[in-house]
Amino acid sequence: MSQSSLRVEPAPHPRGGAGRFGRGRSGLGRHAPAWLAISPSLLAILIFVYGFALWTAYVSLSASRMVPDFALVGLRNYERMWGQDRWLVAAGNLVTFTALYVVVTLAVGLLIAILLDQKVRGETPLRTIFLYPAAVSLIVTGIAWKWLLNPGTGVEAFMRSAGWEGFAFDWIIRSETVIYAIVVAAVWQQAGFVSVLFLAALRGVDGEMVKAARLDGAGPIRTYWSVIIPAIRPAFISAGVLLVAFALKTFDLVVAMTAQGPGYASALPSTFVYDMAFQRNQLGMAAAGAISILVFAAIIVLPYVVWEFRKSDAR
Amino acid sequence: MPADLNPSEMVAARRPATRAMLYVVLGILGLFFLAPLAVMVLTSLRPIEEIRSAGIIGIPQTLTLDAWRAAWSQACIAAVCEGLQPYFRNSLVIAIPATLLSTLLGAINGYALTKFRFPGADAIMVLIILGCFLPLQAVLIPAAQTLSALGLANSIYGLILIYTVYGLPFTTLFFRNYYVGVPSEIVRAAHMDGAGFWRIFFQIMVPISWPIAMVSVVFQFTGIWNEFLFGVSFTTGASQTVTVALNNLVNTTFGVKQYNLDMAASLIAALPVLIVYLFVGRFFVRGLTAGSIKG
Repeated sequence: MSQSSLRVEPAPHPRGGAGRFGRGRSGLGRHAPAWLAISPSLLAILIFVYGFALWTAYVSLSASRMVPDFALVGLRNYERMWGQDRWLVAAGNLVTFTALYVVVTLAVGLLIAILLDQKVRGETPLRTIFLYPAAVSLIVTGIAWKWLLNPGTGVEAFMRSAGWEGFAFDWIIRSETVIYAIVVAAVWQQAGFVSVLFLAALRGVDGEMVKAARLDGAGPIRTYWSVIIPAIRPAFISAGVLLVAFALKTFDLVVAMTAQGPGYASALPSTFVYDMAFQRNQLGMAAAGAISILVFAAIIVLPYVVWEFRKSDAR
Repeated sequence: MPADLNPSEMVAARRPATRAMLYVVLGILGLFFLAPLAVMVLTSLRPIEEIRSAGIIGIPQTLTLDAWRAAWSQACIAAVCEGLQPYFRNSLVIAIPATLLSTLLGAINGYALTKFRFPGADAIMVLIILGCFLPLQAVLIPAAQTLSALGLANSIYGLILIYTVYGLPFTTLFFRNYYVGVPSEIVRAAHMDGAGFWRIFFQIMVPISWPIAMVSVVFQFTGIWNEFLFGVSFTTGASQTVTVALNNLVNTTFGVKQYNLDMAASLIAALPVLIVYLFVGRFFVRGLTAGSIKG
């Protein structure tokens, strides 16, 4: 589904007791309605999130192919997966895609935020224009960019018909470059979202620090580079983590733009999982791919969540 | 903060040449962001012969709504030639209840977690919120097996269940962040007056919750409408969502590519979320920043 930056608003200090009430009644009794109220959701999350993830982990260690098979086979699915060229291409693509996508989206998002922060006229309509792609589905995004990047119909055809005969822009049809075409569409979809995070951070920068830098004779570029951008480092971390999490599950965009093609040159781990689970009857390998994605996500996300909660506690 | 300490004031470009450059760069970026939408709209309005001779980028010579009509009610998806319309209806029937249910449950959770800080409340909150980062691939196979065991495979109810549950981490986070800012004294006073958990919720919390409820509704509706992985994995044929049907329409057309039809279909599928975005975009932005009222 969509994404949202993780912001944990600090809770009021518990020692004041303002957050708790109903003292005097027995401990369990006064909390019973709250427990009852939250238990359906909690149960659903425990089953659908944690239970299902463990279930997938079990499948990844089992002999399941077309139908579930509960016999455990150790890491054989993982070994088989790493022996598949399709997985190697997908994993390699994920590394390239994530690196380029995160760096370029952060750069474009920051650029937009800084430009919008110059007291420009028409900030509101401009923000609307930069952010609307985030509301549009990745399937629609993929279809639009598929035809724009297709050399026969899109930018290349347009430039050639405008008189530039030798113009070439055919990333999407070539195996070596197709992943860059996916990056273009992904950046277009998410840069506006990142600029919202950056713009909020820029507007929260301590004015005294900026003033001091200016009084020291630092020019605007210097001030941005050595005072303001370091001051918004938390926004870089939030945006970066969200983009990596997004990159790990990118699926729709590839399906709509290239259907993993040419061949499987633009496959990603997410498309590998889908293929193995629903097209090739290799449940065990599909689960192994899914668990690999989950482990990457956990490595990136868990330290970040801890950091967010610490930050909220410190405030 | 005094006006002279506003950071953007102090570094804002002032020289006319710099300002001109600023607007030029913003203009180019704006074009890059608008171009795909403009191309889609223009292509959807052109006859196919014209597109085939001139490519998809260009000013239409003739305008026609034929492609829109075909995309809505005639185009073939697999063997069914009823356009996107039946799947559009599926998406509404799935997205509306799932949005409302996950929002209501998120409000109850946020209320219980902030106003009744019972033992374990923080741990429960972390458990729920971590779900925001779950890569859905990690639950795909069990979810498919569970839906078929429940007899909900390939059904609208199955997707309502799935979207409600996986929306809970987000809606809980939204309401939790909102209710943290509501003074607990109000709740406490009501409690002293003898109001119980549910009466306080419906009579005090619900009436003040509409801004965050809007955030949650907009975020959930947009997310569910656009969702593809679960849609394509759990529905086929008549129960497809509009996003899945759109992908099938574009990828399974036989013969000559109907670019105008693809574009009209894409716009029809995107229209509800674009309308939501244009009219209540500020709630959408707040959803992206976890319901922050400042953001």
